[in-house]
Amino acid sequence: MVSEAAPAATASVPWTRRHLLGLEDLSCDELCTILDTAEQFVVPSQSRRKKRGNLAGKVVVNLFFEPSTRTRTSFGLAARRLSADTLDFTPSSSSLSKGETFIDTAKNIEAMGVDLVVVRHSSSGAPHLLAQHLRCGVINAGDGAHEHPTQGLLDIFTIRQKRGRIEGLTVGLVGDIAHSRVARSNIHGLVKLGAKVIVCGPPTLVPETIRELGVEVSHNLEAILPRCDVINMLRIQFERQRSGLFPSIQEYARLFGLDSTRLAKARKDLLLLAPGPINRGVEITPDVADGPHSAILQQVTNGLAVRMAVLYLLCGQPGEE
Amino acid sequence: MNILRISNGRVIDPAQNLDQVTDLWIRGEHILGVGPQSVQTTQTLDASGKIVCPGLIDMHVHLREPGREEDETIATGAAAALAGGITTVACMPDAEPALDNQAAAEFVYLQAERAGLANVFPVGAITKGRNGAELAEIGGLVEGGAVAFTDADRPVVSAEIMRRALEYCRMFDKPVLCHAEDPELTKGGTMHEGVESMRLGLRGLPAAAEEVVIHRDLELAQLTGGRLHIQHVSTAGGVELIRRAKKRGLRVSAEACPHHFFLTDKCLRSFDSNYKMNPPLRTEADVAALIEALKDGTLDVIASDHSPLATEKKVRELDLAPFGIVGLETLLPICVVALIEPGHLTWPQFVQKLTVNPARILGIDAGTLRPGVEADVAIIDPKVEWTIEPAQFRSKSRNSPFGGLRVRGRARAALVGGEVKFQV
Repeated sequence: MVSEAAPAATASVPWTRRHLLGLEDLSCDELCTILDTAEQFVVPSQSRRKKRGNLAGKVVVNLFFEPSTRTRTSFGLAARRLSADTLDFTPSSSSLSKGETFIDTAKNIEAMGVDLVVVRHSSSGAPHLLAQHLRCGVINAGDGAHEHPTQGLLDIFTIRQKRGRIEGLTVGLVGDIAHSRVARSNIHGLVKLGAKVIVCGPPTLVPETIRELGVEVSHNLEAILPRCDVINMLRIQFERQRSGLFPSIQEYARLFGLDSTRLAKARKDLLLLAPGPINRGVEITPDVADGPHSAILQQVTNGLAVRMAVLYLLCGQPGEE
Repeated sequence: MNILRISNGRVIDPAQNLDQVTDLWIRGEHILGVGPQSVQTTQTLDASGKIVCPGLIDMHVHLREPGREEDETIATGAAAALAGGITTVACMPDAEPALDNQAAAEFVYLQAERAGLANVFPVGAITKGRNGAELAEIGGLVEGGAVAFTDADRPVVSAEIMRRALEYCRMFDKPVLCHAEDPELTKGGTMHEGVESMRLGLRGLPAAAEEVVIHRDLELAQLTGGRLHIQHVSTAGGVELIRRAKKRGLRVSAEACPHHFFLTDKCLRSFDSNYKMNPPLRTEADVAALIEALKDGTLDVIASDHSPLATEKKVRELDLAPFGIVGLETLLPICVVALIEPGHLTWPQFVQKLTVNPARILGIDAGTLRPGVEADVAIIDPKVEWTIEPAQFRSKSRNSPFGGLRVRGRARAALVGGEVKFQV
């Protein structure tokens, strides 16, 4: 039975941050606080679904300067489930096209009385810039190739949910590590929580310097598959091929795609994640994506709980209704 | 005629191998000499406890006029120079339009004369419009007073053009200044390529992009016998290439900028665009190599690469912000903190890299206190502690990462042609 009491009662440490900018900044305790809080927001069944009042009277704005479907809707729904007022901002309908700067746009929206800004931007550090210029809280919903903390958290949450722990697990991150904010957030969170992380892809997409973050580097998916408890298949962006980082999509799929033949070399209980949206037949063949190892849709469901936890911790009131 | 006595300062003039506490005398616009003089003083400046040296020469500044006066003008740049103890600057040709003809060079002199502050020498473009395609009228630019040639922040991509520029400039005994960057390797880059750029998810400018061009241009200097000056060297590998070239006897000189030997790429973790410049801040190993090269003379010159940028352009997303840092008003104290206080350079060694060495490279009669030369003098308080406040800059722009930093060492006065043009 799920408790209706304030989630903070079970949180590991008191939460003090106004912003969530990245998992690199967080301590192990803070990561656990978010994960534990998210447990409280997992909806056990359709019938139990109801609104909580923790963010009643608060205004949460989605400031997405880059296209996004699932992250934006997930944050919007999470905020509404906590009774916040929500606002969606998209650049096409904004003054950005009239030459207004990113900071001015955010300041103008903040002046309407906003408590939290959820920002996605193609520039690394854009949320950090907002955190310096705004008085309200800032949540990073993906900045350039830097971090995507809530995606990292929901991946880690899903692993913990399925495996009961993080410590001691071996997690393979496969694909375009160099340009992936999801990879960085996963690495920071997983390494802090005691997992072994192997990053895997062609050298043009996996910088050697990434070893400094405490991970192993591999260029051979088949070699690492038997060692992995979890594989997280990152999406490949086709424009990388055009800029000469690998010769063709076909060759990429042949070397780093996950099909049933290759999957046979993995552990029987391998957990398969993908932050999506996936290119079916490139990173993962459809039978594998929809197969028994896959937790891809579970990730989306958990994303909602994780984002509710983050919103709650940053500006929610304890108590129910 | 006015006789000015600057009394009791530590007079340092590396050109004359001079370093002693004494008086410096100025008659009218010129240096009279040091030590006791049998003339009647009409004015005295007490320099007790201060350093008295030739006015500093910054051979790498961008003054933005004409075309980008919202960032800086020749007058505001010259005022900023004086506040930093710098009495002579060489301004890069990346104005709009480019400084690629005689009239453009003469305009720099005209504006500098109107401002009546520091000496400003124009550096001409190597190619017409700085487009890298055809040589500019280098002879006309020399006629107009250009002291050196470069396409500024646009690297000369064609090795053939660079070769011909080095050859052609030999006729006028002018140096070619090299901005060493392979633009294909740096395309889309924001910061040094390494652990930090990987961590922040930003595209890098690899050290190799600088080093391959330094290597190329050193070979071209060998081929042509031309005079080559490598600007803003920022990597350990670049330093080593220059060190070996000098051993081979090539006519090459090189400069370093204070930010490159004081800061590292770790600063970018703040995502503060004031730490973004080109070449970018490198690693601790590169900083150590630059300091070593300043000590052993591989790096002849310290220059600011003063690159003013209006706040509305500079304060924005890091990857979209333009490259550049102002430096005229912070060069001196940063060098005190980074080089002199830790004992890497003595005051005379430091002064040498900002006076006689750049004067020799540019072929200008300045940077010394020899009797008879124009009296360009800096009076420096080497000990005074102060806080850098960009809002107080005389420069039009504020793009400095040093705001709030406690430093030591500050210019107290600057004289140009015997006249006190700056004093605090």
